[in-house]
Amino acid sequence: MNENQPLLQVQNLKKYFQTPSGTLHAVDDVTFDLYTGKTLGVVGESGCGKSTMGRAILRLQEPTAGKVLFDGVDVTACDKRELKKLREQMQIIFQDPFASINPRMTVSQTIMEPLIIQNKIDKHDRTGLEKKALEIMDLVGLAPRLVNSYPHELDGGRRQRIGIGRALALNPKFIVCDEPVSALDVSIQAQILNLMQDVQKQMGLTYLFITHDLSVVKHFSDEILVMYLGQMVEKCGAKQLFAKPMHPYTQALLSAIPVPDPHVRMQKIPLKGELSSPINPPVGCRFAKRCPYACEACSEAAVPLRELEPGHFVACIKAGELPV
Amino acid sequence: MKKQAAAASGKARSLGADAWYRFKKNRLAVISLIFLCLMIVIAFSTFIIDWATDSSFYDAKVIAQDLRRRLEPPSWEHPFGLDEFGRDMLLRIIWGARYSLFMGMAAVFGATLLGGFLGAISGYYKTADGIIMRVMDILLAVPTILLATAIVAAFGTSKVNLIMAILISQTPTFARVVRASVLTVKEQEYIEAAKAMGASDMHIIIKYIIPNSLSPLIVQCTMSVASAILSIASLSFIGLGIQAPMPEWGAMLSNARTYIRDSWHITVIPGAAIMVTILMLNIIGDGLRDALDPRLKN
Repeated sequence: MNENQPLLQVQNLKKYFQTPSGTLHAVDDVTFDLYTGKTLGVVGESGCGKSTMGRAILRLQEPTAGKVLFDGVDVTACDKRELKKLREQMQIIFQDPFASINPRMTVSQTIMEPLIIQNKIDKHDRTGLEKKALEIMDLVGLAPRLVNSYPHELDGGRRQRIGIGRALALNPKFIVCDEPVSALDVSIQAQILNLMQDVQKQMGLTYLFITHDLSVVKHFSDEILVMYLGQMVEKCGAKQLFAKPMHPYTQALLSAIPVPDPHVRMQKIPLKGELSSPINPPVGCRFAKRCPYACEACSEAAVPLRELEPGHFVACIKAGELPV
Repeated sequence: MKKQAAAASGKARSLGADAWYRFKKNRLAVISLIFLCLMIVIAFSTFIIDWATDSSFYDAKVIAQDLRRRLEPPSWEHPFGLDEFGRDMLLRIIWGARYSLFMGMAAVFGATLLGGFLGAISGYYKTADGIIMRVMDILLAVPTILLATAIVAAFGTSKVNLIMAILISQTPTFARVVRASVLTVKEQEYIEAAKAMGASDMHIIIKYIIPNSLSPLIVQCTMSVASAILSIASLSFIGLGIQAPMPEWGAMLSNARTYIRDSWHITVIPGAAIMVTILMLNIIGDGLRDALDPRLKN
């Protein structure tokens, strides 16, 4: 593989849902590249299409339009058999460790399952399977005595370790992490995040890290993509975003991060209004209704993503002129 | 306590074993289960006796009439007394168990397979859902006994037709139960996880959907055997089921009702047999429901 070629290229990805009241634009025109070994954080409020985007990339939901190139192969054009081969290399970690694991399978069965489905190890080769399962359990920090435990006997942190182990079993290159820690206690969040970082280094993984927790994403990502109502509003390096947010929405979002110091007065930028409906959205900037800087031009035409600084993309016609 | 010990020792208990553990704590259900098993063994042994004696025992003791001793009340020699043709009631009850139990079970087994299959298909594939469930709704709209009566009346009275009639009238219930639980399970994230691994539809249905939607089906089964037995008895009572001289409980009840003023035992005994069997099945069903319901778990 060419070193300079991105592992994942998402081009104009769209996912629309037909609802009785109109077309719901869950993901609208998302484009980005993701290089091997890097982590792209995707942030945005609930319902902005982050998870749908992750699922559309993996084709767990069929994208309406656009292309997803994985290692140069167009995922959206694959037939069933090619897709099954590709699935070996792209995996997903789910948000809710209580819902994402089959309650009828033991820890080892859950971890072996992808190996059996993908025919990596023959399903009659019990010793081979068990050896591999123990290896992975060790990798994700699950004690070997839990090998025959059922998920209902374990706590959230351990279950999430099973979920991670299951994703790692096939030795994938790319993992979509769909809010992997938001269902966990804060103390366990840190453990799981550290684990994920360790395995990323060990196995050279590439993450698409979906979250609504900005402090997590700052700590975790190389690049950050901010979404609002299915559209990209800003994308740049993690440090750059926190130092110099350019889109008014990002600014408001960052100002809402709690500061762990009682003497610091937070300067929140309050957002007025509600998240507008993603069903049949108006042309122009979707954030305009809530934006303190909005003018008429904002609602007239679609706002393109502009590269204001090298690697810093913003979808706002006033970006650059606004106070930072 | 036991559970913690099991978890600490590294021994796992599957959800099924967990359910069995909870079921065992329900004493009434366990007693019912033991009695039911005993009844099944006794009913099954009648087949062996018939086979070993080439039905001569059946002909001589269960069917043969002795009109001089008709309607004799219970005694040491005949604990359940003799019926209106002087036949031993105990033997007739024992021989009758096989019709009620095994035909009821066969009908429910068939209905489970058919209804389960139809329900799983309509739950998993949206396109088939409308058609299958509308047909089920039509069947469900007709009362069970009426539907079974119509089927038996149309195809004639035979054991196979009787089973078929009950099977068809029970199928919609099973289809509904299975469809509902498949719909719930289908939306779970672990199904999506399996898809992300590249699992085929068949694999997902067999390894993920069926095991996780089984518990309501098991409960429905036990309850349905009870109602199937009742249906068989009812159809026999109105003359559309098992025909004389075969000792079916419902038919016995039907024939005996003429003598209810003079000889209570020949009416009460088959009635009690039906009642006890159904009661046991319902208690077992309730016990299973409590044991399999994850919400009651602590």
